[in-house]
Amino acid sequence: MKYLEDRKYVIQAIFLAVAAVYALKLFYIQVIDNSYKLAAENNAIQKIIQYPFRGLIYDRDGRLLVQNMPVYDLMIVPKEAKNPDTLHFCKVFNIPLEEFREKMKTAKAYSYVKPSPFLTRLSTQEFASIQEYLSDFPGFYINARTVRGYTHQSLAHALGYIGEISPAKLENPKYSKYLPGEYLGISGIESEYEQFLMGKRGVKYKMVNVRGIDKGPFRDGEYDTLSVAGQNLVSTIDLELQQYGEKLMKGKIGSVVAIEPSTGEILSYVSAPGYDPNLLTGKEFGKNYLALQRDSLKTLFNRPIMASYPPGSIFKLVQALISMQDGVITANTGFPCNQKLIKCSHGHETPSNLRIAIKHSCNPYFYQLFRNQINQGKSRNTFIDSRIGLDNWNKHILTFGFGTKLGIDLPNEKKGIIPTSKLYDKYYGENRWKYSNFYSVSIGQGELGTTPLQMANLMAIIANRGFYFTPHIVRSVGENGKPLPKYQVKHYTSVDQKHFEPVIDAMDDVVAKGTGFYAKLAHVGITVCGKTGTSENPHGDDHAVFVAFAPRENPKIAIAVYVENAGFGGVSAAPLASLMIEKYLTDTISAPRKRWEDWVLAGNFKPKKKKR
Amino acid sequence: MMRPKKLTQNLDWPTVLLYFLMVGLGWMNVYAAVYSPDHVINIFSWDINSGKQLAWIGTGVVLMIMILVIDHKAYDSLAYLIYGFMILLLLATLVLADPVKGSRSWLVLGPVRLQPAEFAKFATALAVSKFLSTANLQNQNLQDHFKLVGLTLLPPLIIMMQNETGSALVFGAFLLAYFREGMSPLILIIGAVSVAIFILTLLFPKLYLVAVITVLLGLWLWANQRIFFRKWPMITLIYGLIIGMIFSVDFFVNNVLQEHQQNRIKALISPEADPRGFGWNVTQSKIAIGSGGFTGKGFLEGTQTKFDFVPEQSTDFIFCTIGEEHGWIGSVVVIALFILLLLRIVKIAERQKSVFGRTYGYCVASIIFFHFLVNVGMTIGLAPVVGIPLPFFSYGGSSLWSFTILLFILLSIDSNRKMDLTR
Repeated sequence: MKYLEDRKYVIQAIFLAVAAVYALKLFYIQVIDNSYKLAAENNAIQKIIQYPFRGLIYDRDGRLLVQNMPVYDLMIVPKEAKNPDTLHFCKVFNIPLEEFREKMKTAKAYSYVKPSPFLTRLSTQEFASIQEYLSDFPGFYINARTVRGYTHQSLAHALGYIGEISPAKLENPKYSKYLPGEYLGISGIESEYEQFLMGKRGVKYKMVNVRGIDKGPFRDGEYDTLSVAGQNLVSTIDLELQQYGEKLMKGKIGSVVAIEPSTGEILSYVSAPGYDPNLLTGKEFGKNYLALQRDSLKTLFNRPIMASYPPGSIFKLVQALISMQDGVITANTGFPCNQKLIKCSHGHETPSNLRIAIKHSCNPYFYQLFRNQINQGKSRNTFIDSRIGLDNWNKHILTFGFGTKLGIDLPNEKKGIIPTSKLYDKYYGENRWKYSNFYSVSIGQGELGTTPLQMANLMAIIANRGFYFTPHIVRSVGENGKPLPKYQVKHYTSVDQKHFEPVIDAMDDVVAKGTGFYAKLAHVGITVCGKTGTSENPHGDDHAVFVAFAPRENPKIAIAVYVENAGFGGVSAAPLASLMIEKYLTDTISAPRKRWEDWVLAGNFKPKKKKR
Repeated sequence: MMRPKKLTQNLDWPTVLLYFLMVGLGWMNVYAAVYSPDHVINIFSWDINSGKQLAWIGTGVVLMIMILVIDHKAYDSLAYLIYGFMILLLLATLVLADPVKGSRSWLVLGPVRLQPAEFAKFATALAVSKFLSTANLQNQNLQDHFKLVGLTLLPPLIIMMQNETGSALVFGAFLLAYFREGMSPLILIIGAVSVAIFILTLLFPKLYLVAVITVLLGLWLWANQRIFFRKWPMITLIYGLIIGMIFSVDFFVNNVLQEHQQNRIKALISPEADPRGFGWNVTQSKIAIGSGGFTGKGFLEGTQTKFDFVPEQSTDFIFCTIGEEHGWIGSVVVIALFILLLLRIVKIAERQKSVFGRTYGYCVASIIFFHFLVNVGMTIGLAPVVGIPLPFFSYGGSSLWSFTILLFILLSIDSNRKMDLTR
C-alpha cells in the first residue's frame, strides 16, 4: 500500500496551502490595506473638543459689557451611581423625591455608562453649598462651563446673543468647523465678531472602549492642543449714555443712535422697547425667546438698522446741500411760500433765503428747489430731463449713505429706499414720469426710506462738513488693539465743505428759535444744531424725529432720535435728544432741564399738529 | 512502572518544544487580551484570565506527565471504553448542564467548569483509530463503513443537541485522516466542490454561475468528445446535481440553518452590510488585525483588543490580539508554528508501525488543522464565525486540557514505537 503513503504529501500540501493563503490575506489586510488602521483610530480614539473661554466685550471706558458666568451642571453616570442615598440626596440638593426618580430614569434611558446632566445651571452659591456632600454620592460629579452674563440690562439688540448652532447652519459649508450642539453668536456683535470671540478650540484625544467609557489620554496627550481664549472686544458704546438713553426711551417705541462724528464710533444704540440681555443667556432661553418673539411690540426688531421710515423734513437738509453743490441755488436763493404747490400749514416769514426756509421747514420752498434740481433743462423733453435730473440727484444721494448699507458691524442692516429712474420706470413706464410724479420726495416723503442709523450718520456728515466714517460699534479687537482699519476710511460726500455752513446756520436757528426749541442747551454753553421731522405713518399716528449734533464747533456727538407714534418731533424727540447730548457732553443734567427729563420719562406726547 | 530514562530518550522533544512555545505565547496573549492600561493587574493574578490560564497550564503539565507515564498500550486497549465513557458524559451534560448563552455544554464540578465536547475529540480519535486498526477502508465491507460513520457521527450529533455546532463541525476533520487510510479521494473532492459551489452561489448571481459552468463543460466536452459518448449518463447526472445544488443553496440557508448561523454566513460574504449587527465580530476582528500593520503595535499596546471592541477576546478571537500587537510578523510566526507542529505530527504518524498509532496521529493533525483553519480564518474573514478555540493559544481549561491530552497521547504512543517493533 505504498500509494497510500504518498497521500501524506497531499495532506501536507493542504496544510501549506492554507498557511500560504492566510499569510497572504494577512499581508493584505495588515500591510497593504490602510482602511483598517483608520477604522481602528475611529474606533478607539475619541476627539474631545476643549471649548475656549469666549472673548469679553468692554465699553469705550473699559466697563464690562459682556462677561462669562460660571455655571455648574451636576452630571451623573448611572452605572457608577449605584444605590445612592436618595433621601439624603434630595435633602442636599433640595429637590422632591419624584423629581429625583424622574431624572434618574431619564439619565438611565440616555445611557447607563455615559455621563448626562442631572441638574443643570447651578449657581456658584448653589455649587458651594453642595460641594462638600458630593463625595457622598459616587457617580455624580460637577461639570463647570460658562454662559454669557451681563451686569446690566442694556444694549441687548447690539450685543446680540449666543445659542446652539441650528441644523440648517450645520449643513452650510461656511459653518463646517462647528459641531452639533456648539454655541455661536446668533445676532448682534456676538454674531458679527464670532471669529474673534470664539477663540480657538483645543482638542484632547482620549481612548475609549467599545462602550465609550474613558480609558485615559491617548499617548499621554502627545497630540492634544490647548484651547485659546477668544479675543476681547472694546466697544464704542458709552454704557452710561446707553443706559440713560434706554431709561429715556422706556415705555416708548423707537430708536436713538448717537455717533461721535470725528470717528464714526457709535456712542449709544437704543432700540425701544428693549429687553434684558440676561433673558437670552441660557436656562430659560427658549421660553424667553418665544415670549419676546411673540410680543406685539416686536421687541426683537432691531429698529436702528432695520426700521426704515420716510425721513420727513430732515431730508430738506440733504436737498439743500445737493442743490447748492449743483449750483441750482445759493444760500441766498429765495422761493415764494406758494401753498398752491404744496401744503405748508404754518404761517411764517417769507423764505427769502435757505436759512429761513430750513428754519421754518417751508414745504413750497423745497418743492421749488427740488423741481429746479430735477429739471435743469438738460433736455427739452421734460420726461427725459426729469430722468437726467433724478439720475444726477441719485449720484449725490448715494454719497450720503442713503439707499445703501452703511456697513455697520451689526448683522441685518437695511438699505432703506431711494427713488431711482428704474423704480419710476417700473411704476409708470419708461420715460412716462416727470417731477410731478415724485415731488413729495422734495420734503422727505414718498418713495423714501431711511434708517435711524442713516439719519444719525447724516448728522455726522453735516457735523464733519462733508464726510463720515462708517458708523461702527466695535472700536478694536483686544483691549489695546488698534482701531479696525475699515473704519478708518473717510467717506466724502459729493458736496463741498463750503456748502455746509449755511445749512448749519439754519440748524442752529432751528434749535435756537425754531421748531427744535426744546432741544436748546444754550444755558450750559452748548450750541445744538438740529432739525425736527415728522415721519408720515399710514398705519397710525406719525413718528416723531429729531436729529442734531453738538457742539456746533468741533462736534462731539451726532444723534438721531425716533419716537414712533409721538407726532411732531419737536415735542418729544427734540428734548430727548438734547438730554442725551447734555448727558454726554456734561455728564449730568442741569437743574433747569430736570423738567424736560420728567416730561420725556412720563412720555405723554400727545400728537400735535403736523409739521413738515 | 515505566522507565523514565527511556521515556526522556524516546520522547519527541521538537513537538514538546513547539507545545510549550505555543502555550507560552498563548498565555502572554491572553494577558494582553484582558490587559487594561488604566487598571493594571499582574499577569499572575487569579482575578484575570491569564492567571487562571497559568493554572490550567500547570494542571495540563500534570496531565501530560500522567499520560506519558501510563502504559501506552492502555490507549489501544481502552479506546472503546474511553469512547463509551465520553458518550455517556456528553449525554449527561445534555441533561445536567446549565444553559450558557443558549448552549448546554458546560459541566460544573466545584470550582472547575468543563466542556465535555472538547474531550470527545481525543476519545473519538482513539476509537476510530482502534476501529481502523482492525477493519480496512479499502475492502468492500459496507458494514465496516457504516460502523465507522456511526462512530464518527455519534459524538457530534449529541454535541449538536447541546447547541455547540462549532465543536460538532470539528469531527468533519476526521475525513482527512480517513483519506490517508484509504478513503476514496472522491469524497474529499466532492466535499471541496460542494463548499466551493456553496460559497460561489452566495457571492455571484445564480444564472451567471449556471452559464459559466455550462460553457466550461461544453468546451471541455467539445475538446474530449469521446468521453462524452462513453460517459454521457454520468456527466449529465453530475451536471444536474451541480445545477440542483446551486438552486438549493437559498433553501438550505433560509430553511435549514438557524438564524444565527444564517447571519454568520452573511457576515462572511458581506460583513459591511451590517457592521454593527451580524458583521460586528468579523468587522472588528479585521480592524484589530488590520491595524497591527507589519510589525504590530507592541506587546500590551493594542487599542482595539484592549477596549473590548473585539468580543470573545481571550478565547475564540485570541488571534486578533496577536495580529494587532505583533503585526504581520507575529501572525506569520504563529501560522508557522502551527504548520511546523502539523508537519511534525504527520512525520510522527508516518513513523508509527501500527495502523492504530498512525491513524491516531493523523486524527490529531486533522483536528488541530481544522481548528487552526476555522479559527484563524474567521478572524480574517475567510471562514464563517464558528465558536471554536485556537489550539494552545485560546484561554480555556477544557480546550487546553483536551489538546494537551490529544497531543501527548500521540507522543506517548510514539515514544514506545520501538518497543512495538520488538514486541
